[in-house]
Amino acid sequence: MPDPILKLNSLNAFYGDFQALYGVNLEVSQGEVLAIIGANGAGKTTLMRSISGLTQNRADMVTYRGDAIGALRADQVAAQGIALVPEGRQLFPSLSVEENLMIGGQVGRKGPWSLDAVYRLFPILKERRNQQSTSLSGGQQQMVAIGRALMANPDLILFDEISLGLAPIIIKDIYAALPGIIGEGMSALIVEQDITKALSVSSRFYCLQEGRVSLEGASATAAREDISRAYFGVE
Amino acid sequence: MEWVNAVVQGSLLGGLYALFAAGLSLIFGVMRLVNIAHGDLIVLGAYLGLTVTTLLGLHPLVALILVVPTMALIGYVLQRGILNQTLGKDILPPLLVTFGLSVIIQNALLETYSADPQKMNAGALETASVSVGGLSLGLLPLLTFGIAIVVIASLQWMFYRTALGRAFRATSDNQEIAQLMGLNRRHIFGLAMALALGVTAIAGIMLGIRTSFDPSIGGGRLIFGFEAVIIGGLGNLWGTLIGGVILGVAQTIGAKIDPGWQLLAGHIAFLVILAVRPNGLFPRINE
Amino acid sequence: MSTSNLHVTRTSGATKTAALLGLIVLIVLVAAPYWAGRADMRLMGEIFLYLALASLWNLMAGYAGLVSVGQQAYVGFGGYMLFALTMFGGLHPIAAIVLAGALGAVIAVPVALLIFRLRGAYFAIGTWVIAEVFRLSFAQVSALGGGSGSSLPVGIVRSLASSRAGREHLSYWLALASAVIVIAAVYFFLRSRNGLALTAIRDNELAAGSLGIDIWRTKFIVYIVTASLTAMIGALIFLQKLRISPDAAFSVNDWTAFVIFIVVIGGIGTIEGPIIGTLIFFLLRETLADLGTIYLMVLGVVAIVIMLKAPNGIWGLLRSRFDLELFPLSYRVKPNKKG
Repeated sequence: MPDPILKLNSLNAFYGDFQALYGVNLEVSQGEVLAIIGANGAGKTTLMRSISGLTQNRADMVTYRGDAIGALRADQVAAQGIALVPEGRQLFPSLSVEENLMIGGQVGRKGPWSLDAVYRLFPILKERRNQQSTSLSGGQQQMVAIGRALMANPDLILFDEISLGLAPIIIKDIYAALPGIIGEGMSALIVEQDITKALSVSSRFYCLQEGRVSLEGASATAAREDISRAYFGVE
Repeated sequence: MEWVNAVVQGSLLGGLYALFAAGLSLIFGVMRLVNIAHGDLIVLGAYLGLTVTTLLGLHPLVALILVVPTMALIGYVLQRGILNQTLGKDILPPLLVTFGLSVIIQNALLETYSADPQKMNAGALETASVSVGGLSLGLLPLLTFGIAIVVIASLQWMFYRTALGRAFRATSDNQEIAQLMGLNRRHIFGLAMALALGVTAIAGIMLGIRTSFDPSIGGGRLIFGFEAVIIGGLGNLWGTLIGGVILGVAQTIGAKIDPGWQLLAGHIAFLVILAVRPNGLFPRINE
Repeated sequence: MSTSNLHVTRTSGATKTAALLGLIVLIVLVAAPYWAGRADMRLMGEIFLYLALASLWNLMAGYAGLVSVGQQAYVGFGGYMLFALTMFGGLHPIAAIVLAGALGAVIAVPVALLIFRLRGAYFAIGTWVIAEVFRLSFAQVSALGGGSGSSLPVGIVRSLASSRAGREHLSYWLALASAVIVIAAVYFFLRSRNGLALTAIRDNELAAGSLGIDIWRTKFIVYIVTASLTAMIGALIFLQKLRISPDAAFSVNDWTAFVIFIVVIGGIGTIEGPIIGTLIFFLLRETLADLGTIYLMVLGVVAIVIMLKAPNGIWGLLRSRFDLELFPLSYRVKPNKKG
């Protein structure tokens, strides 16, 4: 097994004054797709915020390619090659579709992703490129949010609840596109409430419950009853 | 004809007020900060211009080459050193800190330059005029108005056509997500303040050529700039120019009726527009 | 301990001690004409007037979230009303002060309707515009001396008290009374229904709105009451100065900048803050005033440092260290006495 690209080392993290994560240990290998599942309030969002730098912690609690990055600001983390597709898409309303994509590329990292590459992946965005991002449908907005993260040419991409609030048919499309998105060498961390979806695209999963890892394992062989116990915490 | 003249002169004066307002508008647009010390920074720009022209014997307009970058640097340092710490949900800290800055700048100027009124000498530019359709238009007011148009057009272009402007708009929309895109908002805000004070330096020098100034006049300049911003509509730079023109015209017409009415007429025009159109004439930002 | 052994109270040992001490201090201050020199009394009178202005500004900014940099509008308005009502209305100065307060409230209504359209920091600058309008308007009134101002005629001054000492004592007592009345008014206002609404607004405007508190109306009332009392204090200030001019009456430095520094240094959003702030302000002034402009710069730096490092001011620091409250406003849970 190759060296992990990202490691969480007994991560304790707070959401405001409230401790949301207790001693979470987690590893992502190069090229691996990892799913994080868990109920509302299990600490998934705080986990994403801690990795991306929106929540700053003790430096050694998060290591990336061997460097302690837990205390870095989000912009510094982004420059290291970690990109987040945030929950609720969070596009910039005063920027056009194309500007939203371009600002994702402002980190200035080299790689396969460019405006053209994103437009090849989502041709509809090319047609809409001069529109305000708020005028798009939910699914198209999600495409912009994913494209915006890809523009940074990240080595590790974090997806936070990408199916939330979207129609099932659109969710299906986006998940169908994921393997193409997570191309050669890129690692991904997918936070998802839809357990089946999450397991289907990932090789391994972690289940969070009340801020602690309650179960981890290979996605293909995960037993449903184990997961529901780890998910809901009922015997 | 006298009235036409008043309207034309007032419109040109509005160019100066738009220069006062542009920096204020930019800062509010990017970080929702209202800088109470803005007027005193305009006056600081005028004094820096005075120092440069007297020390180096330069023409005030040439002095811009030195004063604009100096003020921009002051803006960046001020933002990163102090003002970034005040930004948040609570409106009190930025308001009270910039108010404190206003008092500090005013008294520092008083200590350095004394309370005596000063003026910059721009030579023939001050008296030169051109005759247009029976009206005599001063070259300086025309130049000021032209500079205001160029400054606003450049800001507009920067805001909507450049990577920096994109970063400004993104940060203004959502600071956290902008941070995720690799934008350090502290640096972005520093750049916005640098740009705003660069414009403020231009405003200060044009003010210092046009009229005499002393350390106490900052508050008045802040108010003119503020009125132009509100009349034009928050977040609209071209609206700011129109706001400046309306204010300038109201003042010259007021002065025509009675010299004591000049400033009062400007304030009344502002209050009337506030009463009729609380969001200004061409608002962009809905708060 | 079961909950039946607890009760909720506003008072504490500190508030009772403070009330007793406050009463003693007040009696000593009332008796000042019998123990203090003329210069001391003048200084104390000025301190009381600043204390009153600061408490009012604090009520607006610290409790109602209305940050004004234009309260000089009402100080100057009150001062000019005193002159106008005594000189042309033939009123006794004390009657004129009261009427100036009423007129201040009346003029504040249209002003509030206008500037309440501006939000946050823009509201602040809007108040300044209003103060400028007042200043420029009074400078146009030639009967009141126009731009150069006028002096209070000797006859009117004499009508206050025939002897100079009598006048000085009276104006000292008036200043003391104004500070006491303002602080008491702020205190009782904050304990009232409206005051509770204000605290709710300060803590969370959105939640307060959804609880059915009419935020606009509450802020409006605070603005009007503050304007009225500020106008009365303005009248008192210029009764002591005996001379008024637009620049002195509507000075942003004298009537707003200093007041803001007092409140910020002492601690915004507490009744105790302005009291501490006023004492510190005058202590600094009496020791550093010779430095002139440097003194003002120091004041600005101190205010900025406090705002950044200790936003609750000196009183906030003391309170968090010792859990103190001199004015019983917040509720505490206490064990019941035995028996």
